[in-house]
Amino acid sequence: MYLPHTDAERKAMLATIGAERLEDLFQDVPAKYRFPELNLPQALTEMEAMGELQDLAWANESTHDLICFLGAGAYNHYIPAAVDAILRRGEFLTAYTPYQPEISQGTLRAIFDYQSLITSLTGMDVSNASHYDGATAAAEAISLAYANFRGKRTKVILSPNLHPHYRQTIHTYNHGSPLEITGEQLDISAGPEALIPMIDENTALVIVQYPDFFGRIYDYTALVEAAHAMGALVSIAVNPLALGMLKTPGEFGADIVTGEGQPLGIPLSFGGPYLGIFATRLEYVRKMAGRLVGETVDNRGQRAYVLTLTAREQHIRREKATSNICTNQGLIALASAVYLSLLGKYGLRQVSEICYHKAHYAAQQITKLKGFELWNQAPFYHEFVVRCPETVKDINAYLLEYGILGGYDLGQAYPQLENHMLLTVTEMNSREEIDLLVETLAEVSNA
Amino acid sequence: MLEPLLCDLSVPGRVGFRFPEPDVPLAEIPENLVRQNLPLPELYEVDVVRHFTRLSQLNHSIDTGFYPLGSCTMKYNPKLNEETARLPGFAHLHPMQPIETVQGSLALMYELQEWLKEIGGFAGVTLQPAAGAQGELTGILLIRAYFEARGETQRVKILVPDSAHGTNPATSAMSGMHVIELKSDDRGNVDLQALKAECDETLAGLMLTNPNTLGLFDENVEEVIRMVHEAGGLVYGDGANMNALLGIVRPGDLGFDVLHYNLHKTFSTPHGGGGPGSGPVGVAAHLVDFLPAPVVTILEAGDEGMELPPLYGLESPPKSIGRVKSFHGHFGMMVRAYTYMRVYGKEGLRKVSEYAVLNANYLLARLRAHYHVPYDRVCMHEFVAEGRWPDAPDIHALDISKRLMDYGFHPPTNYFPLIVHESLMIEPTETESKQVLDEFAEAMIKIASEAHSEPELLKNAPQITPVGRLDEVKAAKELVLCCAVGAYNR
Ligand SMILES: Cc1ncc(COP(=O)(O)O)c(C=O)c1O
Repeated sequence: MYLPHTDAERKAMLATIGAERLEDLFQDVPAKYRFPELNLPQALTEMEAMGELQDLAWANESTHDLICFLGAGAYNHYIPAAVDAILRRGEFLTAYTPYQPEISQGTLRAIFDYQSLITSLTGMDVSNASHYDGATAAAEAISLAYANFRGKRTKVILSPNLHPHYRQTIHTYNHGSPLEITGEQLDISAGPEALIPMIDENTALVIVQYPDFFGRIYDYTALVEAAHAMGALVSIAVNPLALGMLKTPGEFGADIVTGEGQPLGIPLSFGGPYLGIFATRLEYVRKMAGRLVGETVDNRGQRAYVLTLTAREQHIRREKATSNICTNQGLIALASAVYLSLLGKYGLRQVSEICYHKAHYAAQQITKLKGFELWNQAPFYHEFVVRCPETVKDINAYLLEYGILGGYDLGQAYPQLENHMLLTVTEMNSREEIDLLVETLAEVSNA
Repeated sequence: MLEPLLCDLSVPGRVGFRFPEPDVPLAEIPENLVRQNLPLPELYEVDVVRHFTRLSQLNHSIDTGFYPLGSCTMKYNPKLNEETARLPGFAHLHPMQPIETVQGSLALMYELQEWLKEIGGFAGVTLQPAAGAQGELTGILLIRAYFEARGETQRVKILVPDSAHGTNPATSAMSGMHVIELKSDDRGNVDLQALKAECDETLAGLMLTNPNTLGLFDENVEEVIRMVHEAGGLVYGDGANMNALLGIVRPGDLGFDVLHYNLHKTFSTPHGGGGPGSGPVGVAAHLVDFLPAPVVTILEAGDEGMELPPLYGLESPPKSIGRVKSFHGHFGMMVRAYTYMRVYGKEGLRKVSEYAVLNANYLLARLRAHYHVPYDRVCMHEFVAEGRWPDAPDIHALDISKRLMDYGFHPPTNYFPLIVHESLMIEPTETESKQVLDEFAEAMIKIASEAHSEPELLKNAPQITPVGRLDEVKAAKELVLCCAVGAYNR
């Protein structure tokens, strides 16, 4: 299979080594624990393994089997065929971090393309080569801000409208740290102005989401100005697909942009691997975590690319590094680069707007139903909250009988939003599907 | 000319992809929130596919050649795994679906947790961490939470051997712990005297890589672990080197309290040009309650007689440190690792490690006479040689590495571990044949002789690669990190 050794070769190799048997190579392992009997299944052939995996996959009902109106941080979008065709190229798939630039120009140039696309999309100066996901990217923004003020500012304000997983991850990362993390107690229905009075001279960073967890879109210019007036930084967690039509965080004056890159051509894959976007202003580049590719020349006078500013990273700086990140999301960043270059200037705006229009159509139809009410006051993008006449759990169970994957039950993360559902509509949802959702919900409201 | 960048290729007006026109009435768009300009490339599909295909051809990869990059376990990545991860039932599953609709995925995750427990000798496993370094962070946070729960908050010291990977000290510092470097003895083991001196009531733990980054199994591992435990500390295992231990020894049996696995090394998930990885963490019984949320459990037992499968679900451990990322971890990597383990089975996995160790020792045996190996004893899955000779003072490990490219090989890891001068860390992995190892050994031996007879061959290497040596100082000084704004739409 994947092991080439013949008996003759094994014997010859052992002879060269000067050992008699394979077992002899493990003398340093304490004898009483050596060669444990493992309780694991027997080997399968490729055919059998494929069969077993197919059975497991069939035991799921995927977004291809169901009509999906679920989002909440992971989105069902169309992925052009060319994206996976590129990802399957072994030269990308089976290489590692481009430590040796002379034989890694493919990966290095692809990352440089990725960095360029992300800066264009977000309106920022620099992008790193990726973080693990939207949650960890948001957490790393705090490290940047903390380092920027050399630990002298200890307050971080989190909007309560930031994805609950991001907030939970931030708390895990900062458990026991000197930082005071506050803001989540604020009223979720308020706009960004509500954060402004909290910003003081001890504030290192304010984190908001765009569109926020409830799908709302705000102009954050005033918030950024207020933060800057106090010397604080602002980090905005984005849905990059929404930036196909929306004003950039750069235009708001944001200092850091993070985000979940999954909408950019990455399959849902039950939650990962996804893509952590991280971009910032040039002045903060040395405080930024993660790999970075820069342009230079080689000794033949050609333009060439190389990992740069590595003195920030763990392999050089060890305990003084900006982060411990090493392996990142290389291949997923590549997927998003292929997606963005294929859709380009026109395609990304088109898909971005289609999501917007379809979501608004759905919201309009649903709120005509008795007992359903639109909770969002501010403009929204492709997600919106509806107050339901029954528990979301019951409604979703009913929808599932009709093959519909209903929205996210907000009561799970926000007790004040019991019976509120976060619905998501993308280009994948046809008008018929939306109408079917509405009809099925109507049955709930009439029941 | 080498393949240019996207920004060089873009042609105003060219369109690469169209979506169906909206089938719903258009809603009003709030003009004040809309961007005026979207400066992205204007290309069509052929441009894009050629661009990235040509870029790919500038890479060395496992699929195109030997890649003995020490510590990274660049083994062959089976094609079957790529197929199974893309099965629509896995690839198009939303992470927040009702559990009744995702039982296949939860069953797979549950089994994978069980297998990793069995292989490592642990009582619990979380699949959530995104990579090795995040597994480390999870592990150190677990240790910290454990001591907090016991009221032993004075335990803030983490010992990290001088041979450790950079992520170990970086992780400890990131977790708010004090990092103390521990020296190695002259056989490459943890120095027991140095360890003893740090064993006090402030000790939280030791981060131990075993086999260590020299590729050596610590000869005193039981004693080391006993000393840390007696001082009240816990032992963290950096499982980056688990490829040496499958079916050979279970870290949990040796007394490790917590360990991360790298699915992207040991269990063959592809490295993808830098990621994604996956770094599950295994723990002994006393740490199970602290694992990150969620873990996969059985909510209702099945009934084999009635062919009723169990009902799987997600659960938050009672004293969980919280979540370390969104959703449930890198599920796509879990499918690949599961497939890999299924194909090898229990006997096969032991063979993986046996042949990984055989291959490393074979190369060591072939190279020993030509390269100085400072800690020279039977190695595990890798070994570290010195890339320098007293009688060729101008030659560095880097020169050897660059010359290897001219012979068609990816170089070993350079300049790590830090305790070896001019280190060349060589990890062949089990999926390489004797023929490949022999060709590599021949090249290395030839380079050792060139270093003495024609050193300029090394100094001027590489010659056959798409680019020559790069000006790294210029890259860091002049900082060009992306195409200029608007470069796509000139
Ligand atoms: C010994 C060792 N520890 C930790 C790591 C970090 O793992 P990752 O890159 O998956 O974060 C590596 C990775 O290269 C390693 O070799």
